[in-house]
Amino acid sequence: MSAPALSSSPVEGFTSTRFAQHLSHRAYLPAWWLEAKKAAWNQFNALPLPSRTDENWRFSDLKGLDLSGFTVPEDHSRQIPNVSSFPEAAEIVFSNRQVVARSHVSADLAAKGVIFAPLDEALRQHGDLVRTYFQKHPANLGSEKFVALNTALTVAGGFLYVPADVEVALPFVIQHTLTGHNVSVFPHTIVVLGPRAKATLVEFFVSGGSSSDAGRSLANAAPTERQFVSGVNDLHAAEGAQLTYVGAQRWSRETLAIQVNSIAAERDARVLSLNLHLGGRQARHESHSRLLGPGADGDSEFDQRPLQTHVSPRTTSNLPYKNALLDTAKTIFSGLIIVEPDAQKTDAYQKNRNLMLSDTAEAHSLPGLEIQANDVKCSHGSTSARIDGEQEFYLKARGINPTEARRLLVSAFFEEVLNKLENEDLHAALTGLIAAQFKK
Amino acid sequence: MPSLEIRDLFVALAATPDKPIVKGLNLTIRTGEVHAIMGPNGTGKSTLSKAIAGHPDYVITSGDVILDGKSILEMEPDERARAGLFLAFQYPSEIPGVSIANFVRAAVQARLAEGEELDATAYYKRLYAKMDLLKIDRKFTSRSVNEGFSGGEKKRCEILQMAMLEPTFSLMDETDSGLDIDALRIVAEGVNLMRGDKLGVLLITHYQRLLDYIVPDFVHVMYDGRIVKSGDKSLALELEAKGYDWVKQELAASSAAVANA
Ligand SMILES: Nc1ncnc2c1ncn2[C@@H]1O[C@H](COP(=O)(O)OP(=O)(O)O)[C@@H](O)[C@H]1O
Ligand SMILES: [Mg+2]
Repeated sequence: MSAPALSSSPVEGFTSTRFAQHLSHRAYLPAWWLEAKKAAWNQFNALPLPSRTDENWRFSDLKGLDLSGFTVPEDHSRQIPNVSSFPEAAEIVFSNRQVVARSHVSADLAAKGVIFAPLDEALRQHGDLVRTYFQKHPANLGSEKFVALNTALTVAGGFLYVPADVEVALPFVIQHTLTGHNVSVFPHTIVVLGPRAKATLVEFFVSGGSSSDAGRSLANAAPTERQFVSGVNDLHAAEGAQLTYVGAQRWSRETLAIQVNSIAAERDARVLSLNLHLGGRQARHESHSRLLGPGADGDSEFDQRPLQTHVSPRTTSNLPYKNALLDTAKTIFSGLIIVEPDAQKTDAYQKNRNLMLSDTAEAHSLPGLEIQANDVKCSHGSTSARIDGEQEFYLKARGINPTEARRLLVSAFFEEVLNKLENEDLHAALTGLIAAQFKK
Repeated sequence: MPSLEIRDLFVALAATPDKPIVKGLNLTIRTGEVHAIMGPNGTGKSTLSKAIAGHPDYVITSGDVILDGKSILEMEPDERARAGLFLAFQYPSEIPGVSIANFVRAAVQARLAEGEELDATAYYKRLYAKMDLLKIDRKFTSRSVNEGFSGGEKKRCEILQMAMLEPTFSLMDETDSGLDIDALRIVAEGVNLMRGDKLGVLLITHYQRLLDYIVPDFVHVMYDGRIVKSGDKSLALELEAKGYDWVKQELAASSAAVANA
């Protein structure tokens, strides 16, 4: 195989020299992986940044996509607070690009063939398995350039594999903590559930603030460091599998975060994907759900850029996307339901609800339908509302202070989707994360 | 003895401050007393009670409301509540996604000193005891506040909150409306159990019926934004027998007398 030459990058922090160094440090990884990284690097450099005329980026703040100044942080480990305090199957904690804490799956689960490992380790020990699922169904919703950068530079990421008929009740947890000014990170997580397997993966994405306030409680932190994250997920649920994926981000107020998820559900699989966006300066979330087998059922929440493609007959999807917008937050919802000609009896529903918590928050909604089959039910709708004044007064009239009243009402707004989580500890942890947004 | 004094109160909608709805109302309630305000629909009873509670739709254009010697007009609604005021709403809000248990808990917690933790076991014990008393199914604790409740369930839930929060003064706005006779008895029993020298009640009602169950110490007739007649419980019976037209005619006669004087 001839190695393609590396093209040079116009972005100062992401130079070919830096990339070459990144590769040389990972010479121990499989050749296919290193080749994929090189190809992705060249693709990243070849693709233009999104432009005004790009329909996928309508309403987006394109100036906010300026990558100048960002650098790939040197590997270093540090003490960082752990976000999850609920019972887990196993956990991997990243500080920037480094694993700083880790618990392993029980001997019992390991004996059943469950794999939960940082991506690097999975590539070394289960390279072929990773290769089968890595970007098997890429999402093409506008962020290809950022996905390419992710593939080129990803280090922090996890691989979860649950074989056929294995059910794991406790959630697996991956925590990404980004610390420092102008740092960037590229998480890539792959989840594979075999037929009839059942598992939950929770990914926390948080900014840890500057190095001077190490150890400070995350719940009260409001870091302001400029940071850049480009994350990618590949989620696969085989026939009859039940996958719950939760992504919860509390990035700093100056973080540019782009997350691109690809979800594939085979026949009779159920995927619940729940994404909580609580921070960031500009957070873009693309999600492409593919309902591959008849009867597959996809539930995906909070996503900003969903694309539901119905390929097979008799599939159902119901996607209530909910956002609560604080300060000058901005959300762009651009959903697309595509019903392919063979996908008769599709039942697809998209709903975008925004809760506006300030006068300066902005919500844009552009749901779309593209139907090529004739026997289908599809609908979409969008609403933006402020906090209900009567409800707020009712709470205050009971002596509840305004901050707490708002917290209760925002939690209530999210409860409609959070209550789909079976695990009560996880439910409580996420409610707590939302509550932390309202601490003064 | 604590008191709630309403002094020459004028209330208007915030949107139309020059069109008063409550027009110079005077009333003093002391703890231990139950006052009833009766009046026809649209006379400003709900406006009065919501303005006292601090509802942002209304402005108090003149006059004052004094709780224990201190004006509450500069206080936020939540501060007024923590100072001992309670409003049992005529139309309680539905709050999907907030359970009764969490809602009442937040209200109880709000009354604790900074840093003081709520004793969850004691809280639930007390909550269940009050629910049993008001014949509210314990399963309601996990239901969303008022969502899908019948009229009677909503009103019982208001009384439950009042029982848990133990206000000094409670303004009860048409707590009897929409109740069948059994629910009315349960609600009245709940209120009567709370009666005593630690609580003052302003009972707003359209009908005399409630006053058979919660017997008031004073009855006031409200008409066109002010109190036009006060008496003891026999006034309620007289009003029931003669109807609101009687008040209207008396009023017209006396103002004619004033005009002729
Ligand atoms: N929020 C409001 N918006 C518009 N009009 C109102 C509002 N509140 C009260 N009013 C008007 O003020 C008058 C008194 O209403 P209200 O206080 O509800 O009377 P009551 O409780 O005695 O039946 C009515 O004419 C009513 O339409
Ligand atoms: Mg009324």
